Amino acid sequence: MIAAISFYMFSLVLLASAVMVISSRNPVHSVLFLILSFFNAAGLFVLLGAEFVAFILAIVYVGAVAVLFLFVVMMLDISFAELRKGAMKYVPVGLAIGGVLLAEMAFMMMTFPTAPALIPAASPIPADIGNTQALGRVLYTQYIVPFQVSGLILLVAMIGAICLTLRTRPGVLRQKIADQVGVQPHEVVELRKVQTGQGVE
Amino acid sequence: MFTIGLTHYLMLSSILFAVGIFGIFLNRKNVIVILMSIELMLLAVNINFVAFSAHLQDLTGQVFTMFILTVAAAEAAIGLAILVTFFRNRGSIAVEDLSNLKG
Repeated sequence: MIAAISFYMFSLVLLASAVMVISSRNPVHSVLFLILSFFNAAGLFVLLGAEFVAFILAIVYVGAVAVLFLFVVMMLDISFAELRKGAMKYVPVGLAIGGVLLAEMAFMMMTFPTAPALIPAASPIPADIGNTQALGRVLYTQYIVPFQVSGLILLVAMIGAICLTLRTRPGVLRQKIADQVGVQPHEVVELRKVQTGQGVE
Repeated sequence: MFTIGLTHYLMLSSILFAVGIFGIFLNRKNVIVILMSIELMLLAVNINFVAFSAHLQDLTGQVFTMFILTVAAAEAAIGLAILVTFFRNRGSIAVEDLSNLKG
């Protein structure tokens, strides 16, 4: 009963905030509703017994990806009202395509029964240990190659993002550390004999 | 109604996916909201994976959810980097202008 009420609450808020993400006029509000929908999806994952994925979603997604979105939205100086002009023209097409897709998926779910007993589980959920420990046991043994490949994907994405956004502007004064370290004493210091009572020219 | 099964989660995720697709059509000019709609669709896929993982008592779904999260984070980072570079060059983020992204 409690699980059912929480499911309906989480999914209602999730769908409502998803609708607000796509329909809100201000993109900052869109990002904030995206964060709300991520939190509600994390709640659904907890209901399904996947605590680790739920917390990854809350920490990595809300903490990194959504904040990145927020940062970019606030950094770009764009008139968003201009971008929304004429958006109503696309509503019928979007509704038609989304509705057809939804109907297809609903028909498929109603007519396609799943038989869990027939499918042998590749890595069954162990009963005696927690979710995080169980995930760690399969992630670092059975799925080690995909895990390493996903790390490589993140590395490539990081290098790509830096290469795309790095720019060297002309006329900007920068500190050249190599030049500073490489200075020789005789280039900058001059020793002179100074007579008493006379100055140095 | 009050016993939540696999079908409830599948319905929820398909509605969320349809909302994401509708968002792409509704915000055809705004790349940032299109990227957010893609994030919503990936979230729907993740809900599907975790629901099947709980239904089949198989951890594979949760492992693949983590891989999807990785790829989605990489995609968001690259997409936003392209967006920032494009805005720096053109002064707008309208999708119509994106057709001259070449080479």
